[in-house]
Amino acid sequence: MQSQATYNYQVVRQFAVMTVIWGIVGMLVGVIIAAQLIWPELNVIEWLSYGRLRPLHTNAVIFAFGGCALFASSYYVVQRTCHTPLFAPGLASFTFWGWQLIILLAAVTLPLGYTSGKEYAELEWPIDILITLVWVSYALVFFGTIIKRRTPHIYVANWFFGAFILTVAVLHLVNSAEIPVSFLPMKSYSAYAGAQDAMVQWWYGHNAVGFFLTAGFLGIMYYFVPKQAGRPVYSYRLSVVHFWALVFTYMWAGPHHLHYTALPDWTQSVGMLFSLILLAPSWGGMINGIMTLSGAWHKLRDDPILKFLVTSLSFYGMSTFEGPMMSIKTVNALSHYTDWTIGHVHSGALGWVAMVSIGAIYYLLPRLFDKTEMYSVKLINTHFWISTIGVVLYIAPMWIAGVMQGLMWRATNLDGTLTYSFVESVKSTYPFYTIRLLGGLLFFSGMLLMAYNMVKTIASGKAVNAPVLEPTVAHA
Amino acid sequence: MDINDLRSLFTVLTFALFLAIVWWAYSGKRKQAFEEAALLPFTDDEPVEAVKQPAPFRLNERKAS
Repeated sequence: MQSQATYNYQVVRQFAVMTVIWGIVGMLVGVIIAAQLIWPELNVIEWLSYGRLRPLHTNAVIFAFGGCALFASSYYVVQRTCHTPLFAPGLASFTFWGWQLIILLAAVTLPLGYTSGKEYAELEWPIDILITLVWVSYALVFFGTIIKRRTPHIYVANWFFGAFILTVAVLHLVNSAEIPVSFLPMKSYSAYAGAQDAMVQWWYGHNAVGFFLTAGFLGIMYYFVPKQAGRPVYSYRLSVVHFWALVFTYMWAGPHHLHYTALPDWTQSVGMLFSLILLAPSWGGMINGIMTLSGAWHKLRDDPILKFLVTSLSFYGMSTFEGPMMSIKTVNALSHYTDWTIGHVHSGALGWVAMVSIGAIYYLLPRLFDKTEMYSVKLINTHFWISTIGVVLYIAPMWIAGVMQGLMWRATNLDGTLTYSFVESVKSTYPFYTIRLLGGLLFFSGMLLMAYNMVKTIASGKAVNAPVLEPTVAHA
Repeated sequence: MDINDLRSLFTVLTFALFLAIVWWAYSGKRKQAFEEAALLPFTDDEPVEAVKQPAPFRLNERKAS
């Protein structure tokens, strides 16, 4: 049977290009707020003040940049590993335009000060409804494609993407349960109150990290690392076991965001314990990814895409070691509310999530535009080094600043009074904020290089949809 | 038996389920199926011969598909 059908690359192309665009926008806002922390004069008008821009930054990098990368890669991977075009292409197109509309609405409403005040879930109720519609469509397209697959197995990357889609749907529905009070200005109140509201929020918050920022990107890792290395994954069994271990464990880790608060003490301890257990599946994934290269290490020398992918795994290993350590209550007593947390988040967000996405997008772009490689492979290499130096310059000063702040805040004199006023700790942080801004600027400028490389690649290529191939029988 | 006993029971059952998954994943029966599944990213653009090659895999990276 000769199949004439082609894969739906249109929606993959759209999301891949927007990943780069939103990456630039989100990171630019990050650079601006980093500068505002050094020079408060930069808070010129209320709409562009730190408090309004900070949620815009987090939403833009997580949901616009990261989200588009996940849409693009999951749509690409699920089609190719299932040997069938996307289910419901109209709905797939709706997810693209719907998601872009959500991002634009976020860019308008957050500076206006419309916020539900829940971290990483700030968007107000009308936008929450739109998110639900887009997400259900995403699930239909993705699982519909899985159902009509022509292969006996569902490749492990699709398991990770599937868990990410399903869990984010549940998280969003539960945490965004709210009572609307007005449409303009958009305003709603959470359906929960007090400590329960906080617990629901951080159950959501940490699983957003675990499923949006981890499971989804592990899906990317499980396809693009083997493809780029030209070798199947190191241990498929390990991938199955660490998948289920992640799924069973992440759900419980949220309370570590609420150590020493009104949350019952035993709940905090459960959160800490499960956060410590998480080290095992996290490192299982990292080892599985890195060991896929065993016997092909030489490829790292001259393949900058592989450099991005493997470095991202190293940062994944680092931040999933750091996270459990910080969840230990005694460590948290020092680290919580300090810039150490910001450093930790960015070693995960820039080092792991951004780098694995960048690697995947560099892999995708030439294939989506009928080229064998990007316009300039050398520029990818430059981008890699700029980003790596940028991440290090970002996270190292934040660690130092965080530990310093923690120590200054807890220092007491012999008579029990505080040794330092809060503002003294702020003053001591300035030099570190400056180094952090430099690191952020470097990472941001790397994205500009990527955009230039992308434009040049697209200009010399043309949009193509690869034909759907019969699955070859892999077993003898 | 109150709701908290059921909660504890659920936790224990979930843990048992996880152990069962580990046992299942590492049972010899799954070896063949997992090896096939691991090759899925390569079945769409590689000739059958290349995929059939025993480890260490040398899959020719070419194409723009």
